[in-house]
Amino acid sequence: MMISREYVESIVAKNTRLDGRKFDEYRSIEIEYGVSSKSAEGSARVRIGDTEVVAGVKMELGTPFSDKPGEGSIMVNVELLPLSSPLFESGPPSIEAIELSRVTDRGIRESKALDFKKLCVREGEKVWLVFIDIYPINAAGNLFDACNLAALAALRDATFPKLDGDKIDYSQKTKNKLPLTKLPIACTVWKVENQFLVDPLLEEEQASNARISIVFTEEGKICAMQKGGDSPLMSEEIAQAVELAEAKTHELRRHFK
Amino acid sequence: MKYTKRLDGRKFDEMRPMSAQVGVVKNAVGSARFQIGKTVAIAAVYGPKDLFPKFLQKPHGAVLRCNYNMMAFSGSGERVRPGANRRSKEISMVIQKSFEPVLDLSEFPKAVVDVYIELIQTDAGTRCAGICAASLALADAGFDMKDLVCAISCGLVGDQVVVDLDKTEEDFEGGAVDIPIAVLPRTGEITLLQLDGEISKADLAKAIDHGKEACKKIYELQQAALRQKYAQEARA
Repeated sequence: MMISREYVESIVAKNTRLDGRKFDEYRSIEIEYGVSSKSAEGSARVRIGDTEVVAGVKMELGTPFSDKPGEGSIMVNVELLPLSSPLFESGPPSIEAIELSRVTDRGIRESKALDFKKLCVREGEKVWLVFIDIYPINAAGNLFDACNLAALAALRDATFPKLDGDKIDYSQKTKNKLPLTKLPIACTVWKVENQFLVDPLLEEEQASNARISIVFTEEGKICAMQKGGDSPLMSEEIAQAVELAEAKTHELRRHFK
Repeated sequence: MKYTKRLDGRKFDEMRPMSAQVGVVKNAVGSARFQIGKTVAIAAVYGPKDLFPKFLQKPHGAVLRCNYNMMAFSGSGERVRPGANRRSKEISMVIQKSFEPVLDLSEFPKAVVDVYIELIQTDAGTRCAGICAASLALADAGFDMKDLVCAISCGLVGDQVVVDLDKTEEDFEGGAVDIPIAVLPRTGEITLLQLDGEISKADLAKAIDHGKEACKKIYELQQAALRQKYAQEARA
């Protein structure tokens, strides 16, 4: 049964939310590490309320880009499994999945959270490629923030597999952690009616006209942004969203302590 | 080649530790998680819903569609490229066939019931774990079923008949035969059987016997998991 957009808007107009939370309040968050420790180099499960996402890291050796011969790279892929929601369908990645992948990727890449230089095995020849695959298990709103947290948790959990010459021995894991130097944390602010809120339920997402994802480093630098939705935002509104997101990322960061 | 002792210390007819949980995907009509050793499968059921394109519809009941998928990081070697491949399509098909004899979807003509199976971590026996999870998910969804479906791999490692091979046993240098089977525990009927390797008729019969015995334990676990879910619902 779907709750109508008008109903969500009327609740927000009364200064409350469907589940009674404050506008700037997240649902309970849980992070669990090593959910696929036999198979993946690193893995994690993130729960935000009823939303559940798993992420895994796999490493391969590849040739570096010709303009960056001494650097490895990452690839982030979000697949919106039909297992996780009646709204997702099988087939090639939807535009929603591609946007989620790219926004998650940008936060990690542009903050230089992973030291790509330390992923170099032999300059110009062999570098580590870090694949981060993210899957919702139950999609119940706020996949943007859940995917960001899951990717970071999986990277934090990851260790290099053993290198035997130029071949990887996946059966043997080393104790060497990936060079994760910082945690770029995302907070997505959603506009419903004229109200900004965080961590929407699916019904709130569907009632929203505009959203903005903002990724913050611990020092308060912004390293990625993405505006979505059909409606425009005023620059004052963007400033307001940035303030809200920064405060919330400090709170989210505590889950990694 | 002689295989005298299992690497993880199990008896030859002993399975790895198992766990099962029903109702793990809130959005789904029915769902379950099944773990055997380090192999972890989750299954979710959606439907019945209208089936398109129309020529795929069946006038006398819903079509069952199974979809088996390994998450990209769930393999033991390199990353598994996302999307369907020949292996996953075949496995999806044999899983679907393993349910045809028990599942009654005649109430829902022209509809489709989708079963999605995802592997989070693998250590052999993935299609069997997938079937055990899917069976629970279909029961959880409340479809008419004559029985649950239980599945386990049995076979030969070296010269020894075993049940529930793990990956190191499948890759045993002295040769291994992997026989995934699915059993309807009330009647003992077999709804899935595959085999690769080389085995004598006598060993095959023995392996299947051991497999059927193992399925009784899976059946008990599945029933307990379903009861637990409904006990929880009754309390709530």
